[in-house]
Amino acid sequence: MQDLTKLKAEILGEIEAAGSLEALESVRITALGKKGRVTGLLKELGALSNEDKKTFGAALNQLKTEINSGLNGKREALETKALNAQLGSEKFDVTLSPEPAARGTIHPVTQVLEECMEIFAAMGFAVAEGPHIEDDFHNFTALNIPAEHPARQMQDTFYLKPDEAGERKVLRTHTSPVQIRTMMSEKPPIRIIAPGRTFRSDSDATHTPMFHQIEALVIDENTHMGHLKGTIEAFLKAFFEVDEVKMRFRPSYFPFTEPSAEVDVGCHFSKDGVKIGTGDDWLEIMGSGMVHPKVLEYCNLDPSKYQGFAFGCGIDRLAMLKYGMPDLRAYFDSDLRWLRHYGFAALDIPNLAGGLSR
Amino acid sequence: MKFTLSWLKDHLETKATLVEIVDKLTTIGLEVEKVEDPGEKFAAFVIAEVKSAEKHPNADKLSVCIVNDGKEDIQVVCGAPNAKTGMKGVFAPSGTHVPGTGLDLKPTEIRGVKSNGMLCSERELELSDEHDGIIELPGDAPVGKSYAEYAGLNDPVIEIAITPNRQDCLGVAGIARDLAAAGLGKVITPEPKPVKGGFKSPQALTLKFDKGDAGACPVFVGRYFRGLKNGESPTWLQQRLRAIGLRPISALVDITNYVSYDRARPLHVYDAKKVSGAIHARLGKKGESFLALDEKTYDLEGGECVIADDKNVLGFGGVMGGEASGCTPETTDVFLEVALFDPILTAMTGRKHNIDSDARYRFERGVDANFVIPGAELATALILELCGGEASDLVIAGAVPKWDREVSFRAERVKTLGGLDLLAKKSFEILESLGFEVGAEKSGSIQVKIPSWRVDAEGEADLVEEICRIYGYDNIPLAYLETSDVVPKPTLSGAQRRQSAARRALAAHGYAECVTYSFLQSRVAKMFGGGARNVTLENPISSELDCMRPSILPGLIQAGARNRARGAKSIALFEVGAEYHGDQPGDQSSVAAGILMGAKTPRHWKKPSENPGIIDAKAAAFKVLEAAGFSPHTFQIEEGGPDWYHPFRTGTLKLGPKNTVGYFGEVHPAIAKKLGAKGPVAAFEIYLGALPKPKTGKAKTKSKLDITDLPSVQRDFAFVVSNDTLAGDLTRAVMGADKKHITEVTIFDVFEGKDLAQGTKSVAISVHLEPNEKTFTDAEIETISAAIIQAVENKVGGKLRT
Repeated sequence: MQDLTKLKAEILGEIEAAGSLEALESVRITALGKKGRVTGLLKELGALSNEDKKTFGAALNQLKTEINSGLNGKREALETKALNAQLGSEKFDVTLSPEPAARGTIHPVTQVLEECMEIFAAMGFAVAEGPHIEDDFHNFTALNIPAEHPARQMQDTFYLKPDEAGERKVLRTHTSPVQIRTMMSEKPPIRIIAPGRTFRSDSDATHTPMFHQIEALVIDENTHMGHLKGTIEAFLKAFFEVDEVKMRFRPSYFPFTEPSAEVDVGCHFSKDGVKIGTGDDWLEIMGSGMVHPKVLEYCNLDPSKYQGFAFGCGIDRLAMLKYGMPDLRAYFDSDLRWLRHYGFAALDIPNLAGGLSR
Repeated sequence: MKFTLSWLKDHLETKATLVEIVDKLTTIGLEVEKVEDPGEKFAAFVIAEVKSAEKHPNADKLSVCIVNDGKEDIQVVCGAPNAKTGMKGVFAPSGTHVPGTGLDLKPTEIRGVKSNGMLCSERELELSDEHDGIIELPGDAPVGKSYAEYAGLNDPVIEIAITPNRQDCLGVAGIARDLAAAGLGKVITPEPKPVKGGFKSPQALTLKFDKGDAGACPVFVGRYFRGLKNGESPTWLQQRLRAIGLRPISALVDITNYVSYDRARPLHVYDAKKVSGAIHARLGKKGESFLALDEKTYDLEGGECVIADDKNVLGFGGVMGGEASGCTPETTDVFLEVALFDPILTAMTGRKHNIDSDARYRFERGVDANFVIPGAELATALILELCGGEASDLVIAGAVPKWDREVSFRAERVKTLGGLDLLAKKSFEILESLGFEVGAEKSGSIQVKIPSWRVDAEGEADLVEEICRIYGYDNIPLAYLETSDVVPKPTLSGAQRRQSAARRALAAHGYAECVTYSFLQSRVAKMFGGGARNVTLENPISSELDCMRPSILPGLIQAGARNRARGAKSIALFEVGAEYHGDQPGDQSSVAAGILMGAKTPRHWKKPSENPGIIDAKAAAFKVLEAAGFSPHTFQIEEGGPDWYHPFRTGTLKLGPKNTVGYFGEVHPAIAKKLGAKGPVAAFEIYLGALPKPKTGKAKTKSKLDITDLPSVQRDFAFVVSNDTLAGDLTRAVMGADKKHITEVTIFDVFEGKDLAQGTKSVAISVHLEPNEKTFTDAEIETISAAIIQAVENKVGGKLRT
């Protein structure tokens, strides 16, 4: 029994002294392996008397349990130590940058166009499109702008080279030819918006030879100027995401509408830019009016039965007013710095449920 | 159109303030662009007396003046030769901003003598170019009084934008009429009084037109004046003209300008002694020419309306007169022209010869036919008053065209079209205040006579506009469109949704959306298969932008090159837009295109930088197709593409043998270089319009998904194939070996060389096998493997690498 006490102290001492898992394993083998010291004593049990077998066996088992428990404890400690050492060697510079994923963006013109589509969809307007290269009839004549009318001088029209028959096509100077195409191909009631590229020979900070317009057209039997005002107000409030929008309708002249009005919105200019909706300044924002009876006639619609309104404005200008890009020319320069600064994230899809913009 | 407040008050009796007038003008459609009160500019300038003027002790040409401004004596050094003791002049004290010099006056010392303030010349006040001396005022000018007030310079100038339909408001009288109708006062425009001629005009006047051309100048009223003196016009007239930006020239010229702005009635005056024989209006002939008042010689194209005498063309009727028959200070006998000219012909003549004049501006918008004779009488009275002399009887060639336009008007249209619920009586009042004559009711509508000055009013809608405009658009209550759906229905077409989806997908894939011009340089268009005559601009804004683009790529490549020049490292740009293959509506197609330039990804510590290549373009092209609702595997891929692509690094996507859906690859290096790109450019184009239209109204349910919990199996193979074997053919062969179980084939390694025979390559594939009903047995897998090896051998001649 004295031996066992000594043996236990020895083995536990060896366990304690083991500096590695390998050393610990050899301690285990010398103690509990096939030829281990404790195993040897267990083999000797058979030679003992029953009485001794009982007491000595119990003591040996006790010893074995204690050794195992010592081994396990030591193993865990060594493993933890080894893991800690490994973790230490795995130290990572947390300030290093992750692998770059190129950041794509959506152009403000697209974003604003989609915002407009979303608003008008809620009011039941479909989106109509038309060709950019137009003929005289759709761009001018059917819009009540005869060849020598001074109104044609209001627009600097791009012409294409004349064909064999001497006919010159034009780059559409406005989106209004889409009204004509729609009225000629569909029966009222009509409710559309027509967004897209338009072209005029002009270039400075607020004019580019190509720009974007959006216009709305409603044709039915009883839509009047009041609806025009109400619809524009609803659009402006939704677009600028404000509760109030001060508006001023100024009588004006467009060959394709009668009565005609220009729409100003109340605004406030400050060093932070322009705030739309309230304020003491006015900003001209769109042209509008009741579709001219002659335009309806050109489209084979009976003006004694049908009437409606049209209004239009610049998408680039709307974008400028809402998001603050100062120079129109930069819209079409494709400078990545500009696109990333003023552009929108791919997933920022405008919707009314979540709010048009973030 | 500019006018001054006092000028307006010649026509409008009103108690309204300037602010009220300005607001009302804008409200009724005469948009005020600018109001300038010169009184503010001249506030500091006062009338002063020069109490003494003595020679400067140290300068011959300067004098030292003691000036009294009504408050105190001030010493001023003055350089004007006319500064003298006792004179009265205009004094600006120190601190004044002098508009003519742009400088602020400061106390100073000139050659040792202190000087405070300045005695001013007309040029310093921007009144004229006169700078030979300082302004000398009459002896009774009140010292200490504001000079602007004394000289009538504090008359606010209002500038309004006139829409092309409102010819009548190109005269102050017309503006007054509108303001009075809108409740701002009473019209007091004097009616021109007929002047009885003292003799018969010695100047013959005729119209020489063929029958069909008579509309060019239907009436020409003339009057001869003799023994007049064409001096300077009086101060009030000069001031008014200057205030609106016109230079006073001589009494006769000033009168014509005045009547033009006062009554929208252009006139012309000929020096009668410089005219040979009869004055007549006719169409010009090619080969004729004349020197006009703008000192330019115009060569006629033929067909313009001209005024001529028996020898020469005297001027373009309604556009500009000639220098040779113009009035000078020596002129004593003149012939006055008051005529009507056809608006279209006037506009064409002006445009053809590039002449913008006040006369053209009015005639091309349609001048009041009924004001020809009153206009002549008004001019007569002014000429006699300002120039003296004697007037002849009126000479009238042609006849004033009859004006009898009437419009049927239903008063309820003010509500049903204008949205304004007005009593009919109120509507009629407004019309009458504008000069419309409201007649009797006839079967539900009223006949309304249009005044001759409102050539723009043609129909009922015009009358509704007049009523709403004067009553105020702001008073129209808001109304809202009815919507039949509680929840709005989608309103985008399938094609529109695809465009939007393509944009969002490419942006999510790392591409920045651009909007580049629809036009580019013909030279560049030709490189991309375009440049045809029917898509070339006749009047481009620059030679760099003279042709409609046949492809979006060149614009993007140039944009990419610009970005690289600015230092951008990795450039991924796209655009979804139109390209143009002809001038018909069907020739315009919707395309999603993109480019990659510079480093595919920026240099990074973990991953070396790579050049962009065809496979990146292919990835982006697939993104577009997926966004449009197609599995990329739906499409056939052929080698090669159009000329602007690399001949051996380009794929064409097709749907059937004839329908090309797009391209992906690398831009031909020669073309990329010509567009300023450095290094390789990967590019793709997807023709969104060539994709099959989305089916509408199909069921939303997806096909049933059959999956089991049985383990799937993956087997790898490496085949040796000839190196022109397409990977796509190999994978298709493998897929076809057992369509029931093979669900995916992935290529994970491709290499040439090492121990492989020349002209061959090794392609390693991983095949995914999905069991149907029970777990694969080894034997089954062996069978499938054998089928795969056999298929590859049969279809592409490949051997299993051993």
